[in-house]
Amino acid sequence: METDTIRRREKQTGWLLIAPALLILAFVFLYPIGRAFWLSLFTQNLGTQLEPVFSGFNNYARMFGDGRFWYSLWNTSVFTTISISLELVFGMTFALVLNQAFWGRGFARTAALIPWALPTAVMGLAWAWIFNDQYGVVNDLLFRLGIINEAITWLGEPTRAMFSLVVADVWKTTPFIALILLAGLQSISSDLYEAHAIDGATPIQSFRQITLPLLAPQILIALLFRFAQSFGVFDLIQVMTGGGPAGSTEMVSIYIYATVRRYLDFGYGAALVTVTFLLLIIAVAIAAFFLSKSRINISGER
Amino acid sequence: MAQLKLQNLRKQFAPNVVPVKDISLTVDDGEFLTLLGPSGCGKSTLLRLIAGLEQPTAGQVVVGENNLTHIPPGDRNMAMVFQSYALYPHMTVAANIATSLKIRKTPPGEIQQRVHTVADTLGLSHLLDRKPGQLSGGQRQRVALARALVRNPEVFLLDEPLSNLDALLREQVREELKELFEKQNKPVVYVTHDQTEAMTLSSQVAVLLDGLIQQLDPPSRIYTHPANKFVAGFVGSPQMNLLALECQGDRAILGDFSLPLPSFSPQPSGIDIGIRPEDLSLATEDDKITVQGSVSLVEHFGRELLVSVKIKGSHHTLRILINPDLQWEKEDIKLAVNPHRIHWFDEKTGDRLNP
Repeated sequence: METDTIRRREKQTGWLLIAPALLILAFVFLYPIGRAFWLSLFTQNLGTQLEPVFSGFNNYARMFGDGRFWYSLWNTSVFTTISISLELVFGMTFALVLNQAFWGRGFARTAALIPWALPTAVMGLAWAWIFNDQYGVVNDLLFRLGIINEAITWLGEPTRAMFSLVVADVWKTTPFIALILLAGLQSISSDLYEAHAIDGATPIQSFRQITLPLLAPQILIALLFRFAQSFGVFDLIQVMTGGGPAGSTEMVSIYIYATVRRYLDFGYGAALVTVTFLLLIIAVAIAAFFLSKSRINISGER
Repeated sequence: MAQLKLQNLRKQFAPNVVPVKDISLTVDDGEFLTLLGPSGCGKSTLLRLIAGLEQPTAGQVVVGENNLTHIPPGDRNMAMVFQSYALYPHMTVAANIATSLKIRKTPPGEIQQRVHTVADTLGLSHLLDRKPGQLSGGQRQRVALARALVRNPEVFLLDEPLSNLDALLREQVREELKELFEKQNKPVVYVTHDQTEAMTLSSQVAVLLDGLIQQLDPPSRIYTHPANKFVAGFVGSPQMNLLALECQGDRAILGDFSLPLPSFSPQPSGIDIGIRPEDLSLATEDDKITVQGSVSLVEHFGRELLVSVKIKGSHHTLRILINPDLQWEKEDIKLAVNPHRIHWFDEKTGDRLNP
C-alpha cells in the first residue's frame, strides 16, 4: 500500500517536472503542425481572394491531379537516392582511411570536416560558379584536357543540372557520413580483427563479416539523418538552379516555397507541407524500426 | 609432431622501444610453456609475434619443419585465446565457434559435428544459439576456448585468458584448463602475470623482464632456484625477503647478527640475500643461526600469520610465516634461519651465486 503511494507521488512529481518541456515542445512542434493541417483544409489564395473558405480535403484531392507536385516528388527522390548512395560509399571509404594510423591523421580528420562546416548557401554559390558554362572551373579543365571543344551548359540541361546538384551535395555531406561511420569504426575493438585474422580471414572477409554488421547502426543513423535532410533540401537548389531548368530540379521544398511565396496559395501550400511531413515521418519510422532491430542483433540484448 | 621453436626473436618499434630483445626457446608437443612477467615485460608482444599479429624485427618462428616468420596469422594453424576473448558480438555462440572452419571452407556437416563435439566438451551445448552479450564472463571464456579448440591447431596461444574472471571461477577454470590441454598434447604458450597460474599450469615457465628471458625452468625449480634477484622477488607469495647486506670476512652482517657466507672466491664486500618467509621459523634452543627483533606488523592469511620482524640493530625487516597456534613475544622474537635455504645473489648483477 505504502510503496504505491510513494510511487504515485513520484510519478506526479515526474510529470510536474517535465511539464515545462512538454509545453515548449507542444508550442514549437504540435501547434505549428496542427495549424498547418488546419490551414490545409481551407482554400486561401491571397492572389485571388482574401477570405479563407473551408473546403475540407479539396486541397488533397487537387494534389493527385497536380503533375508538378508528382514531378517535384520524383525529383526529390532521384536526388535523395543518388546523393545518399554516393555519400555512403565515399563516406565509408573516407572513414576507413581516417581510421588507419598515419602521419597527419588529426589534421586530415579536421580538414575533412571543412565542406560540412561551410554554410550551404555559400558553397552552393561556389559550385554554381564552378559549373558555370562560360567562367566555370569544370569547363575550363575539360577544355584544357582536350575532352570538350565547346562549353557544356552544366546547369542549363535537366540531367546535367541534377548531376551538378548531386556533386555539390555529395561534396558537402560526405564528411558528415564519414564522421559518423568513423565513430562507429573506432568503437570496434581491434581484437576482433586480430581474432578474425587468426581465424584465417582476409581483410575483405573481415570487412564484410565484422565491420559491416557491427557498423550497421551507424550506417542506419547516417542514412536516417541524411534522408531527412536531403528530402527537405532547399538552400542548395535555390542557390544553384532555383529548381530549373524547366522545373527539372524542382524539389518538393522548392515547390512548396513557390506555392506559398510566389502564388500566395496558403491553403494548398499547407496541404503540401502536411503530406511531405507524413512521408518523412513514415520513412523515419521505418528506419528507426530497423535501427532498433539492428541494435538488438548486435548486442544480443535489448 | 610439432615443435614450436623461437630463434633470436626481436621486436623493435622505435629506437628506444624494444619490447622483445632476443628470445629463443622451444616448446614441444604436450608442453605447457608460460610466459610470466610484470606488465611491460614483453610477454604479450612475444605471443603476438608467435601468432603473426606482429612481424619480428629479427629472428624466426618455426613450427616443426616450417619457418612461419613471414606467414600471415591465418595460415599458421595456431589458435589464440584473447584476454578480452574477442568474441564476435553479432554472431551466435555456434557461429563464433564455427567461423574459422567456415573461412577454411570445411563442409557444413563436419562444421556442425565439430562445433557440437567441442560445445559438449566445454558444456556450451545449451548456449549455442545465444549471442555473446547474453553470456556470463565464465561462459564467454569457454566460448573463446571452444573457438580455439575446434580448429584442432598445431599450437595453442593463450593471452591471460583468466584475468577477467573472478577469483573463485579463476581457480575452477584453471583446473579445467590444465586437464583440457593435457589431453590436447600440443605445444601451448600461455601468457600471464599471475604466478599462481604459471606455477600450477605449466610444465615450463619463462620469466620475462625487459624483453629478455630471466629464467626458463620447470615451475618447481623457478621457485627453489631463482636465477636472479628479479625472479626471486617476482615468484612466490608472500614475497621472498630480499636484503642487501654488507660482508665482513666470511659473514654477512644483519644488524646485531651475522649469517655465514658459503665459500665464495673472492669474498665479496657486499651481497644480496633472499629468504622465503616460510624458510624462517621461530627459534628453538637447538638452532644455531638466529636473529632477534621486534614485531612491526601481523597479517592474517587464515592458515598462517605473516609477521614482519624488525631486526635488532638494523633497518631491515624480515617477514616470516608462522602457524597461528604458536606463541611468541611481540617485543623480542627470535627467528631461526636455515642456511641451506638462503639464496645468495651478486650485489651488482643480481645473479644467483649459490648452485
